[in-house]
Amino acid sequence: MPWDRNQMAARAAQELRDGYYVNLGIGIPTLVANNIPAGMEVTLQSENGMLGIGPFPYEDEVDPDLINAGKQTISELPSSSYFGSEQSFAMIRGGHIDLTVLGAMEVSEKGDIANWMIPGKMVKGMGGAMDLVAGVKKIIVVMEHNSKGGDPKFIPECTLPLTGKNVVDMIITDLAVFHRPDHASPFRLIELAPGVGAEDVRAKTTAHYEG
Amino acid sequence: MKKIYPDAGAALDGLLADGMTICAGGFGLCGIPERLIDAIRDSGVTGLTVVSNNAGIDNEGLGKLLRTRQIRKMISSYVGENKEFERQYLAGELEVEFCPQGTLAERCRAGGAGIPGFYTKTGVGTQVAEGKEHKAFDGETYILERGIRADLSIVKGWKADESGNLVFRKTARNFNQPMATAGRICVAEVEEIVPVGSLDPDCIHLPSIYVKRMVLGAPYDKKIEFRTTRQREAA
Repeated sequence: MPWDRNQMAARAAQELRDGYYVNLGIGIPTLVANNIPAGMEVTLQSENGMLGIGPFPYEDEVDPDLINAGKQTISELPSSSYFGSEQSFAMIRGGHIDLTVLGAMEVSEKGDIANWMIPGKMVKGMGGAMDLVAGVKKIIVVMEHNSKGGDPKFIPECTLPLTGKNVVDMIITDLAVFHRPDHASPFRLIELAPGVGAEDVRAKTTAHYEG
Repeated sequence: MKKIYPDAGAALDGLLADGMTICAGGFGLCGIPERLIDAIRDSGVTGLTVVSNNAGIDNEGLGKLLRTRQIRKMISSYVGENKEFERQYLAGELEVEFCPQGTLAERCRAGGAGIPGFYTKTGVGTQVAEGKEHKAFDGETYILERGIRADLSIVKGWKADESGNLVFRKTARNFNQPMATAGRICVAEVEEIVPVGSLDPDCIHLPSIYVKRMVLGAPYDKKIEFRTTRQREAA
């Protein structure tokens, strides 16, 4: 049985460590917040200028001045802080954020990631994605193993314009987990979703990986 | 010198010209200088280059200036759901320079701080790096990005004192802080103006030197793009 969206997020949450400062992308990555292990202190950063993202607010606590990077209303925690966008990206670019979890359209076997534009379609912009992949210490991609059309997304070379080159550390798909210890090493298959065979994964992947 | 003006139009009087560059604060519809945007629309000034993280949505924020076709070029990181933007962009009527969000914030901070360029890893190996100087530092490759100076900055604050010291509220601070410094003149709109001495000098977010003119914009009817809530659990 492949992992569902929440199970993929739960798998990503296993990479969290006590005391981590973490930035979560939009979509499945956001679900990681619901899977932080009990007793672990993890601080979530929002690139529009906040550390310490709280849960969605109660209806009577909704505040237009308090949103996340996806422009959703959120709440604050007793430990929260606010700052400007220049400070927010200083902490991202400066390598102070421990981990980011992002979605992707393609990841290459060399750790390149493409997740911001499809030529010929309306381009909405990269937002903070290029800054995150360039600056955060550890980059985890969570994505479906194959596109809706069945095409592999973990491939030898990205075909779409890149968001970052040689930046991805771990890939979590609905079928498997790939990891590399450093940016000079190839990815290695380290885990399979329950009931998924290594041959299945091999057959659905064009990227080179070990294991 | 009196910095407080009776309305947004008066606060912008003499500062607007066709073809000028404007830095605008805000993230999505959060912390946008909406009174000043309305006044720019009403002035009829045209051919604008606007530096702003987003371009508003249809009929809100900078979307109002797109609708009236007063903007020639946007420098932004994410333009989101904006049909009129999309139409003008695809028709080739609107020029767009996409800039990574952190690079955009730093370009404005640097410009305002007198730094004409800086090196960053963001965008290396992507389209963003094309045509830019590359330089290695300690074995890593960086690209040169230019600081931004604008003719005018428009920002939204929460509280100001009469001298122009500004305090922002929660995530409405966002780009207002760096944008305020990047313009040769910054005009701020705020929700409340308090007497000098009412704000704790240790808690000023934007010192008065950056704010040349201001206007009381209240009352505000702040817009929410995505209202997300949770249910109270029954006791």
